[in-house]
Amino acid sequence: MADHKPGFFARWFMSTNHKDIGTLYIIFSIFAGLVGGLFSMLMRMELQEPGVQFITDGAGGPNGQLWNVFITAHGLIMVFFVVMPGLIGGFGNWFVPLMIGAPDMAFPRLNNISFWLLVPAFLLLLLSALIGAEIFDISFWTDTLQARAADGQGFLIKDFFGVGAGTGWTVYPPLSDSKITHTGVSVDMAIFALHLAGASSILGAANFITTIFNMRAPGMTLHKMPLFVWGMLVTAFLLVLAVPVLGGAITMLLTDRNFGTAFFNPELGGDPVLYQHLFWFFGHPEVYIMILPAFGIISHIVSTFSKKPIFGYLGMAYAMVSIGFVGFVVWAHHMYTVGLDVNTRAYFTAATLIIAVPTGVKIFSWIATMWGGSIEFKTPMLWAIGFIFLFTIGGVTGVVLANAGMDVALHDTYYVVAHFHYVLSLGAVFALFAGFYYWIGKMSGRQYPEWMGCVHFWMTFIGVNAIFFPQHFLGLQGMPRRYIDYPDAFAGWNQVSSYGAYLTGIATIFFIFVVFYTLLKGKKVGDNYWNAQPQSMTLEWTVSSPPPFHQFEIQPKVK
Amino acid sequence: MKFKAISLFLVTLFSTYALPAFADKPEPWGINFQKAASPLAERIHNFHDMMLWIIISIALFVLVLLIWVIIRYNHKANPEPRQFTHNVLIEVIWTLAPIVILIFIAIPSFQLLYYNDRTETPEMTLKIVGYQWYWQYKYPDHGDITFDSYMIAEKDITEGQTRLLSTDAQVVLPVDTDIQLLISAADVLHSWTVPAFGVKMDAIPGRWNEAWVRINEPGVYYGQCSELCGKDHAYMPIEIKAVSKEDYKTWALANGATQENFEKPALEAPQEEASAEAVEAPAEETPAQEAETQGTDAESVPTEQTEQTQTTL
Repeated sequence: MADHKPGFFARWFMSTNHKDIGTLYIIFSIFAGLVGGLFSMLMRMELQEPGVQFITDGAGGPNGQLWNVFITAHGLIMVFFVVMPGLIGGFGNWFVPLMIGAPDMAFPRLNNISFWLLVPAFLLLLLSALIGAEIFDISFWTDTLQARAADGQGFLIKDFFGVGAGTGWTVYPPLSDSKITHTGVSVDMAIFALHLAGASSILGAANFITTIFNMRAPGMTLHKMPLFVWGMLVTAFLLVLAVPVLGGAITMLLTDRNFGTAFFNPELGGDPVLYQHLFWFFGHPEVYIMILPAFGIISHIVSTFSKKPIFGYLGMAYAMVSIGFVGFVVWAHHMYTVGLDVNTRAYFTAATLIIAVPTGVKIFSWIATMWGGSIEFKTPMLWAIGFIFLFTIGGVTGVVLANAGMDVALHDTYYVVAHFHYVLSLGAVFALFAGFYYWIGKMSGRQYPEWMGCVHFWMTFIGVNAIFFPQHFLGLQGMPRRYIDYPDAFAGWNQVSSYGAYLTGIATIFFIFVVFYTLLKGKKVGDNYWNAQPQSMTLEWTVSSPPPFHQFEIQPKVK
Repeated sequence: MKFKAISLFLVTLFSTYALPAFADKPEPWGINFQKAASPLAERIHNFHDMMLWIIISIALFVLVLLIWVIIRYNHKANPEPRQFTHNVLIEVIWTLAPIVILIFIAIPSFQLLYYNDRTETPEMTLKIVGYQWYWQYKYPDHGDITFDSYMIAEKDITEGQTRLLSTDAQVVLPVDTDIQLLISAADVLHSWTVPAFGVKMDAIPGRWNEAWVRINEPGVYYGQCSELCGKDHAYMPIEIKAVSKEDYKTWALANGATQENFEKPALEAPQEEASAEAVEAPAEETPAQEAETQGTDAESVPTEQTEQTQTTL
């Protein structure tokens, strides 16, 4: 009775257990990451050489629409179906209740539907790219393929995709409106996908806020709460405040497309720039939604492996709060070239620069936590140190871009692509891997082999830097983003970037192998396998690995 | 002295290779901006040079600290961890120091922003309208010369042209002239960009956005559409041919401008007497006024297809 579990179907499909739902989120996130990563591999393959080699229309010409579908799918998948489910749904579900000494989330069934909304959302998004694909047409198999075989040709990439939503992840009208392009259902499906994913996030966020405010163990005041929980709390507030604005914007777009409204249609008095304001009012907090839980994870890892308590705990917590707050008043720095008034741009420049201050506090506090410590360089710590340095690089290029006058030269170039991949792909995703290696023993009861983690880290570290560092150069030289083809002068750095992508791809396949090896053959571990020190230990290390199905049958007390 | 040596090294490392005139376009393995061809771009580059010093210093500072803790405080070098958690002084310092650096950045940043915003005294206007997937140009001050500019397809590229950058109709503009740019779009969003000029302005249906440029020297300058606009987003480049004022006049006269167009500047500098006259005589619409009157009028976005009337210089 102590650790009774429901049967397989009830446990995984009707789950109300925060750990099982967290596991589902993590599996989902890894799977979606592979799909999103596949899109980036296709994109880097295409960009490896000037000219169009793979994403063709079948007659030798470029298939620009399909290219746009790829960049859109890559962006949406990575943001909504990889980073958010991984950090918030996955690690958040797993470790917020454990860290605050709660038996489960406040609303376990709400938790369940939060996850299961994500699955149809993802399917809708994928279907939006697939619907109308030639492979669904019988004549493709009976005629087209035969005809091609006669010419010595086989499948083309385009056969597997329909018209799709080639709008970019920002879904700006009028391109996303149905009057000029995108007349089919693809964009509507993508909008519904975002509606569902958004509903999932809002419900999840409400659940986290309630849990964190009401279910902390006796003695755990807000100022004693672990930093990951702080990060999740701020994230949940950002979600509740920001995602409904996205929901409104895309609903207005949906009615513009289908029901004759003209919110964003200038011919009838609407304004395309209004959409951009609404989108980025959501979109900028969204980037902090992705990074704040990562900050929390990194704090715990740095503390554990330095065998020191976190330096400047309150400063760290309130740095996250202030980042979350300021994150709501800087949105138009994504819109410096839309023709905003010069004074407006000056304000957004100033507000954006301010974010560097709390971010700096976090970076320096992590280093101060290591200072004087006794650091062990286990895999999670490698990812954490990698995170700190690469996030710093992404941060300082962000300070460059914050200046409206300067941004004119860099807006919509690869410099921006490099910048946000340094903070997301090399920031948030590094934190995902760091958290995975840090907690996989706790979650599964089995430990990964240390050398495998190190190999995965170094391959990824070299790979992603090879992808994204040269993109700063491309951007400075003026290469615009979202281009299927580029002038020949950009070839050199693009080639380096593509090789980096292949290395990262190999590392990711290796990671999948590490996951399976760990789950099947990994060594069994005890409760506190990282030997976290009592003065900096969080509550998850006091329960068994894996924790019992229902933990904390005796409520823990915090001094 | 040492500072100067390092600075020279970095300048070499981070500056574009010396380029001949007439060749402002991306260079193979280039790692910095294209050569500046306008005061706007020069100021952007100067600001970026300053920023590069700051951000490299910060990144190196963090890297050095990380390397130091890795060497000095690994578990072999320092088996007994210390347990301090606070140091008010250092926390105050690392909060205030970034603020000082940011103020140091913000002041030149605002100067740059306000300088690049617009010109008060444009000598001529170029109207630019983005279409899927080409640009239409109009010279309202010089006989409404109007033409479309398409990319030259790869199969038609000839010697001296650049794939994906050369167009079938270069935009001819005079050097040393304050040119007002009025930018709009007819279908979806586009963005008119010329890196060497330091200009990037979104083309948005239903509005006229204003930018400006003053080209330093004759040459051919290239840019590419910088806002996702559909399947041929990568295939609507911008090609500008900057020529001397005399050559520009010759070109304009040959393409429909009249001698009258060049007899007085398009916009008088605002003077007290002149401004009173201007109010009474609205018939002579100045570019700036035109921009205002058309600011919110979606109808005014030109949609007619115009004949190619341009002769090449």
